[in-house]
Amino acid sequence: MDTFVQQLINGLTIGSIYALIALGYTMVYGILRLINFAHGDIYMVGAYAGYLLAIYLGFDANPSIFGFIVVLLGAMLVAALIGMAIERFAYRPVRKFSRMTTLITAIGMSLFIEYLFVFIFSGTPRSFPQLLQNDNYTIFGNATISTSQILIFAVSILLMVALQYIIFRTKIGKAMRAVSFNLNSAKLMGVNTDFVIAFTFALGSALAAAGGVLTAQYNPKIEPLMGIITGLKAFVAAVLGGIGNIPGAVLGGLLIGAAETLVVGYGSYIGIPSTYRDAVAFAILILVLLIRPAGLLGTNVQEKV
Amino acid sequence: MLTLENVSVNYDAIEALTDISLTVSQGEVVTLIGANGAGKTTTLRTITGLLEPRNGRITYEGKEISGMATHRLVPMGIAMSPEGRGVFANLSVRENLDMGAYIRKDKKGISDDMERAFTLFPRLKEREKQKAGTLSGGEQQMLAMGRAMMSRPRLLLLDEPSLGLAPLLVHTIFEAIDNIRSEGTTILLVEQNANAALHHSDRAYVLETGRIVMEGDSKQLAADPRVKEAYLGE
Ligand SMILES: Nc1ncnc2c1ncn2[C@@H]1O[C@H](COP(=O)(O)OP(=O)(O)OP(=O)(O)O)[C@@H](O)[C@H]1O
Ligand SMILES: [Mg+2]
Repeated sequence: MDTFVQQLINGLTIGSIYALIALGYTMVYGILRLINFAHGDIYMVGAYAGYLLAIYLGFDANPSIFGFIVVLLGAMLVAALIGMAIERFAYRPVRKFSRMTTLITAIGMSLFIEYLFVFIFSGTPRSFPQLLQNDNYTIFGNATISTSQILIFAVSILLMVALQYIIFRTKIGKAMRAVSFNLNSAKLMGVNTDFVIAFTFALGSALAAAGGVLTAQYNPKIEPLMGIITGLKAFVAAVLGGIGNIPGAVLGGLLIGAAETLVVGYGSYIGIPSTYRDAVAFAILILVLLIRPAGLLGTNVQEKV
Repeated sequence: MLTLENVSVNYDAIEALTDISLTVSQGEVVTLIGANGAGKTTTLRTITGLLEPRNGRITYEGKEISGMATHRLVPMGIAMSPEGRGVFANLSVRENLDMGAYIRKDKKGISDDMERAFTLFPRLKEREKQKAGTLSGGEQQMLAMGRAMMSRPRLLLLDEPSLGLAPLLVHTIFEAIDNIRSEGTTILLVEQNANAALHHSDRAYVLETGRIVMEGDSKQLAADPRVKEAYLGE
């Protein structure tokens, strides 16, 4: 039982990160029907932005909650700007062309970011500084939860509540929902849809960057290709929850995270070696596509964002 | 108020509008009638900037607006209830009306206008909190018109507001059109229901395969034998 609880805590920790990233996939898809393949790389960009901020502002030397907050918000801001730049200069010019064109642009963008970072920072992993002292707390038998795990849960929940507020309680949020449902109708209401789309990229990118910084507090090794596999799993999470559906992205993220660690913990009993960890998400993807292509909370393509 | 001069519009290689010229003056109701595929929707989409003309000029209140971004035309006083209604199915009736007032900041005026929309269409009031996607076709049409009015337009474009509605609802919609015009809003009305459109308008244009083939006073056109035969089923 203790190990089960422990696996679950670990799974939900990773799952929260997947959920944060999945939100960006799902929002952009909801608005543009575009699978933004570069989104996983924004998670990596966020981790690097946080790393550089921590080093240059000297927060690596003396850990503090203040330092953590500055690094987190700074990385989110940098990623939001980069996300908007990608939308503006890569996606917007090809928006009127076929879906295949935008998809290929997205894949190209992803590779571009990855290898730009390899070029600048080299492929050698770097160690992200601990911004807070990491303690372990026993909460259930032998199961423990660490400061960084608590941080991941707390920050993820906070960000998701904030996102929910923006989408359902603000004017720009209402515009996002309108645009996701009918772009031309939104234009006819006087909505500057280009701005709303840029804003959506900014939001999604900021969440992914938060995921990057949070992950780095849990697992400090960062490298330019770290966004590939995590990004893919987050994408699967978005599809599992129902792409375009916000609560679905959160649910999908948590489920994928939990499934993954449970396979690592218990898979060997049923003949699945723990090295199959990374395959879990994709097995789930295939199952979803076969059984319920709209995803758990998806309603065909009706409700978006 | 609105002038189109020799406007041509293409969908890639297909020419949908050829050398269209028309004017709408302040306070008028002008109707554009024509068969399926004549280019009525294309005309309205071009005026509202959803399509770009290949040739020609569109001016509104003295300013050239050809190819201007749609969202910039709304603050200038142009609103449209589009073909197929285009309501936001995932938003409530009230939120749809709120979206209509997106460009406005005067809370008081907005809530007054919302009441006005509910007076115009009491059915909407009863369904205020309901998702627009659950409304009937007629109710969605009322919502689309009410929503368009929420920006306080000076020029209202209506694309087949009576399409697919039962006779009683068609009556409601045309009554609303009369009301809107009596409050001083200029209207450009696209209709296949030529009979009703000609009765509720001052002037009319007849569009055939992308060209304007007839124009004139609505009453005169309604009496024209060619119009009678082709559009009034007489
Ligand atoms: N997106 C499009 N791509 C290519 N051709 C189009 C497109 N939209 C319309 N057309 C063509 O342009 C012509 C005019 O279409 P339009 O929709 O303006 O007609 P309409 O008069 O509004 O017809 P209806 O009464 O059926 O609504 C038609 O021949 C139509 O097939
Ligand atoms: Mg039409």
